[in-house]
Amino acid sequence: MTMSEAAKSFTFISRSPPYGSNRPQLCLDAALATAVFEQEVNYLFLDDGVFQLMRNQQGDAIQAKTLGNAIETLDLYGIDNVLVDADSLRRRDLAAEDLLLEAKVVSEDEVRELLARSDFVVNL
Amino acid sequence: MKFSVLVYAAPTSSEAANSALQFTRSLLDEGHEIYRLFFFSDGVHNANRLSVTAQDEINLPNEWHKLIKNYELDSVVCVSSAIKRGVINSQEAERYELDASTLYDSSEIAGLGQLVDAALQSDRLVQFG
Repeated sequence: MTMSEAAKSFTFISRSPPYGSNRPQLCLDAALATAVFEQEVNYLFLDDGVFQLMRNQQGDAIQAKTLGNAIETLDLYGIDNVLVDADSLRRRDLAAEDLLLEAKVVSEDEVRELLARSDFVVNL
Repeated sequence: MKFSVLVYAAPTSSEAANSALQFTRSLLDEGHEIYRLFFFSDGVHNANRLSVTAQDEINLPNEWHKLIKNYELDSVVCVSSAIKRGVINSQEAERYELDASTLYDSSEIAGLGQLVDAALQSDRLVQFG
């Protein structure tokens, strides 16, 4: 891989609920791998993906890893632009204060703008 | 244009993997370049050489294999996804002391770094799944 090129902008849209499928974990794995290569990484929680940000998750009750614990460490892996869609929160009667991390709450227009300026968008 | 194709979908449970195959074929027909095929999650089943399908159904793994061979495409299955699903080559079989290898020799096993590289080296990364 040539690392001399300018960093590109990747946006990962995590839009599935935290348990019931492996999609949230896949999205996370792909984003973490991308961050290792020192690219710009945006991580957006959309639709049922916002449930991944609920506090007090207990994955062990269904023999699953607690996804929330991994999400709390996003910034440690160089993913500091964490976004959550305002409308997705509102439709689920959630507020930014209910979430396990501080995410930037963004409007539909801001999401559209983010996607427009991203070089790559991964949707899971 | 230079494309990479990312496939999450298993060959048999949804239309997505077949769409990915048809899309890849169309790109090649139109004269585009494929930088890499990357199979992730259930998508690794598309590289299982032991898949058998009914005569009147399409054998998607075999179709992928023929396409990859014909055009000498770079095809990668994600290592963690693949070994979890028993899609392994002879090196992995030896490493984990397993008695079979199941991966078509047209695909290689590698890490997610190859996906990031594909995104960086391609004009477009298109996902199916």
